[in-house]
Amino acid sequence: MSMTDIFNITMMQGFAGLSLFSVLLLMGLGLAIIFGQMGVINMAHGEFMTIGAYTIYLASTLTERYAPSFMEEYFPFAILLAFVFAFIAGWIAEWALIRHLYKRPLDTLLATWGLSLAMQQTFRSVFGAREVSPTLPEWLLGSWSPAEGLDIPINGLFVMMVTLLVTGFVLLALYRSSWGLKVRATVANRAMANAVGINTKRTDRLTFAIGCGIAGIAGAAFTTIGSTGPTSGSLYIVDAFLVVTFGGAASLLGTVASAFGIAQTQSIAEFFISGSMAKVLTLLLIVIILMIRPQGLFASKIRR
Amino acid sequence: MSDFDEPHDPFLTRRRILQGMAALPLVGLPSFGFGAPPPTAKVNTTNLAVTDTEVTVGQLHSATGTMAISETGSIQAEQLAIDQINAMGGVLGRKIKVIKEDGASDWPTFAEKARKLLVSDHVAAVFGCWTSASRKAVLPVFEKENGMLYYPTFYEGLEQSKNVIYTGQEATQQIIWGLDWAKKEKKAKTFFLVGSDYIWPRTSMKIARKHIENFQKGSIVGEEYYPLGHTNFNSLINKIKLKKPDCVYCAVVGGSNVAFYKQLKAAGINAKKQFLLTISVTEDEVLGIGGENVEGFYSSMKYFQSLNNPNNIAFVKAFKAKYGANAVIGDVTQAAYLGPWLWKATVEKAGSFDVDKIAAASAGIELKTAPEGYVKIHPNHHLWSKARIGLAQPNGQFKVVAESPALIEPNPFPKGYQ
Repeated sequence: MSMTDIFNITMMQGFAGLSLFSVLLLMGLGLAIIFGQMGVINMAHGEFMTIGAYTIYLASTLTERYAPSFMEEYFPFAILLAFVFAFIAGWIAEWALIRHLYKRPLDTLLATWGLSLAMQQTFRSVFGAREVSPTLPEWLLGSWSPAEGLDIPINGLFVMMVTLLVTGFVLLALYRSSWGLKVRATVANRAMANAVGINTKRTDRLTFAIGCGIAGIAGAAFTTIGSTGPTSGSLYIVDAFLVVTFGGAASLLGTVASAFGIAQTQSIAEFFISGSMAKVLTLLLIVIILMIRPQGLFASKIRR
Repeated sequence: MSDFDEPHDPFLTRRRILQGMAALPLVGLPSFGFGAPPPTAKVNTTNLAVTDTEVTVGQLHSATGTMAISETGSIQAEQLAIDQINAMGGVLGRKIKVIKEDGASDWPTFAEKARKLLVSDHVAAVFGCWTSASRKAVLPVFEKENGMLYYPTFYEGLEQSKNVIYTGQEATQQIIWGLDWAKKEKKAKTFFLVGSDYIWPRTSMKIARKHIENFQKGSIVGEEYYPLGHTNFNSLINKIKLKKPDCVYCAVVGGSNVAFYKQLKAAGINAKKQFLLTISVTEDEVLGIGGENVEGFYSSMKYFQSLNNPNNIAFVKAFKAKYGANAVIGDVTQAAYLGPWLWKATVEKAGSFDVDKIAAASAGIELKTAPEGYVKIHPNHHLWSKARIGLAQPNGQFKVVAESPALIEPNPFPKGYQ
């Protein structure tokens, strides 16, 4: 084992940590908005991600059939489309289901869990029970190797970039747009926000739909690293809640910090001990920290 | 009556051993093969759902839930076999009627539906289950109510029941010959074992480890298990890069499987740089993984869709005619297809639908029309079968590159491997 080998492995392991960080953050973002800002426990978050994944599959199949010359370029457009589809689905779900349950937050858990099962079965009926594999453009495959023996996965870089963009955009929107202002006002004090003329019902619906849209983007981006099937969403739901709860429910920065912490712990531990034990260790640490700080890493000031 | 239109017996050397057993079903056949079917009172003394024109069987798989991904193929294959048998006139002159139950990927539901099939519907046989967990859940029901289950999945072994016929490979059949091939053909001496964290990969890897260490004198440089549904394998991939094993030996399943191969490819590990042998990837899984991500890797199974023999060509043709030209057939799908045919042969040999008589008559039942080639039921209720190595092609099919010369004896309780 030479020095360059050790250097290469360290570099790649460092990247593995960052890559897991961006995956966790991307899957947690939409939930952080919905759960963190609105207090809705959205168990169907994973299924909104699956909508995104299937959008990519549809786009790749249609492009392959009708416009094969665009195979290299379709992916970014498909991601935008994923946002739109998931956004619409979220809008409908809020209108039909969630808005009746704001006063009963625990019931949203049951209702959205039911919704997730219904959505899974819908995917199964429409796309079939088997997993599918969208054809990805060539430039997303393989690895970038700046030196011999050093391989940086391109799909990892891609997910990282998407995460950066989406996080930046969400932060900007939340703190620099009128929608953000309304959301923050509603979160801080719903009655007062109503009183000053903010249409909180409209804000709720938009917020929920945006959260779902971001889940759609996450699902779309994850087709490069994971599976696309009716139940793919359920692979992510636990981790997504973990990230959001650990970070402190109402704090977006907390979500970022917690995704970073969990990703690094998990990926470093995985390297030195076995995979299952690494998971146990990570969860154990989270439990201990949550016992000391029940409100999560970052708690924002909310009037209750 | 005989469905052996094109008898081809590739096992001349084995003939003498087989003769005794093989003669039995042939003795039974002619007496029922012509003329009127035998009276119901004679073929059904245990109050099964058998009439003069019909026999009812059950089908118990997950049509919904997580496992629907895998079990759909089995449901289709069993239905195809039953349709074909009915088109030939049924079993003992009776058409097969199927009651389909959905286990919904939930093990207690499997047990409940099994009880319903046996107690309320009095089915003559059940084709079903996929995961070991579902099989373990229904086993006590089948033993208590004395039913007959045909179970299609390759599994970890360590089980044998009067009431179950295992039509897939048990672990030693799938693993040992494949490892010997890896040592002989690929000169593999160091192995890195990777699996999902539950009973089947753990038991299989235990057998692999014993075989590599004790019999091949090779070494294990890493053994890793990841929770089911784990989707991030970058750290593992770095460990593989660090250890540089001759062979990565995998039993990763489900959604994790897809993530694992996509990330391997993204990390620059491909077939040119790394020899990889898996026991958990069939044509079904490649649909989700994508052929370009597993191209050049090897899979150890008893059946591949590309097998070039007349039985298989006819089977693939019939399957595609029924389920569409894009349908793929994996190892378990083929094993599920064997279930109804083996049951038919056994019923005809026993001259009865009674479960006790079928259980007793099963040993020695042979099937020359099996798509995988010739199979035969061992007294331990598993199948004698060949082992094969397939090389993954970018189009999602496998090219068969090696095949065990003889049928491998099933050995669910292997000595020296536990």
